[in-house]
Amino acid sequence: MENNRLIYLDNNATTPCDPRVVEAMLPYFYEVPGNAASRNHPFGWQAEEAVDYAREQVANLINADSKEIIFTSGATEADNLALKGVFEMYKSKGNHIITATTEHKAVLDTCKRIEKMGGEVTYLEVNNEGLINLEELEAAITDKTILVSIMWANNETGVIQPMKEIGEICKKKGVLFMSDATQAVGKIPVDPREVGVHLMAFTSHKMYGPKGVGALYVSRKNPRVKVTAQMDGGGHERGMRSGTLNVPGIVGFGKAAKIAKEEMAQDTERISKLRDRLESSLMEMEETYINGSVAHRMPHVTNISFKHVEGEGLMMTFNQQVGVSSGSACTSASLEPSYVLVALGLGDDLAHSSIRFSLGRFTTDEDVDRAIELVKKGVNHMRDLSPIWEMYKEGIDLTMVEWSEH
Amino acid sequence: MAYSEKVIEHFKNPKNVGTLDKDSKNVGTGLVGAPECGDVMRLQIEVDEATGVIKDAKFKTFGCGSAIASSSLATEWLKGKTINQALEIDNMEIVEELALPPVKIHCSVLAEDAIKSAIADYRKKNNITVESESSVASA
Repeated sequence: MENNRLIYLDNNATTPCDPRVVEAMLPYFYEVPGNAASRNHPFGWQAEEAVDYAREQVANLINADSKEIIFTSGATEADNLALKGVFEMYKSKGNHIITATTEHKAVLDTCKRIEKMGGEVTYLEVNNEGLINLEELEAAITDKTILVSIMWANNETGVIQPMKEIGEICKKKGVLFMSDATQAVGKIPVDPREVGVHLMAFTSHKMYGPKGVGALYVSRKNPRVKVTAQMDGGGHERGMRSGTLNVPGIVGFGKAAKIAKEEMAQDTERISKLRDRLESSLMEMEETYINGSVAHRMPHVTNISFKHVEGEGLMMTFNQQVGVSSGSACTSASLEPSYVLVALGLGDDLAHSSIRFSLGRFTTDEDVDRAIELVKKGVNHMRDLSPIWEMYKEGIDLTMVEWSEH
Repeated sequence: MAYSEKVIEHFKNPKNVGTLDKDSKNVGTGLVGAPECGDVMRLQIEVDEATGVIKDAKFKTFGCGSAIASSSLATEWLKGKTINQALEIDNMEIVEELALPPVKIHCSVLAEDAIKSAIADYRKKNNITVESESSVASA
């Protein structure tokens, strides 16, 4: 019976909503139906109170003041608000933004838009571990630079950037520091003030809360940062983000933040052990490679390339039992392999062969055992089918073969 | 993306996986695609010299489910056909049979290329000049 359990190892895509979170949210659909902006009756007051309470819980998780939390529809919106909002607000100071090539599309595509709006953007390269070069960052800052935007932890590899060092450079140069911390908040200790982050995007559904609600942290003192609203309307969220608040979602986000804060240490200890076991077992196979820094990495993620096996095909061998992600082109509409892995210097062939395993609070020992078994079986099966595995085994140097690219 | 049942069936039970002796005179080998592109197909045919009929066909493919299904299907279709009949296999027939979505059409193109490339290899080995109507496309 237990053997039919579908194993979810794609927690970087989204996490299941913790049942305790769902329970906390339920009253706010019917019993407490108010609009948090309704100031003249108990329905509104109760909703507002619930939002205030959740705002405290979310702020508490990142050691911030509750006034520094702007609720949004998710991290993508928060990234947009931070980048575009800073670009508009600080126009008179400059038009230059620095980010990195391995950022999430929510940052990269927003930067592309800003370029069209007259902004200048520098995209820092990363080394083969996925880390940016601090000297390059410092050298890239000009008197036109208004913002540095570097993600806390990467969604594909789990690689954690040197936040404190980046914060120090930004402080020294007097530029704002923004971070997309979507993958880090709720899973590792994240304290924006401590590392000098002034704006920080994150979301509920990566930390066992509901989808459709996120937040932007905006520093209120030393420095007091302002962003130009990107959504016009009723002036909610201190004018920075109009729109009726998603009360049940926010309540759930708050509850998720509270649980994350309380259980982070024990979750991390347990999950990182499972991750390590999964990783070391899979690495026993020939021609397997871990992508990204192992030393600076989230505790629940491993990204592995199984050489000479195509990622989507491999997933198909076990996707009725195990859910994971691949950097293979075949999983995207673009037919390009993961730009994050390519930025690490991986050949396209290894990028096509990559699988991201992201564990979570609800991953069990048995899940990992079965995943190891199924993935190994799948890799062996796909290698039996693979002409390039056969060629590799025959000792043919695949780099010398004249391939017919298509 | 959901796969069609036929893709899943070919993927789960691929037909004619394997290797023929590439040095044999009767065997034509086509190797198309590139690891960097995420697809490599190797398709081999064994031809009966007397009749010109394809006796056996084998494949190995590095690629997604649709690429594996396309090559599996191609080997099925090849067996028993003459070389000229084999050259008539069009990638769109593979698309239809497997109900491939637009993003997977390239898998069927690759399979067609692999067939043509295997036949070209066989003809080259046996000094057979290409007849008028069926030109061999390069992969």
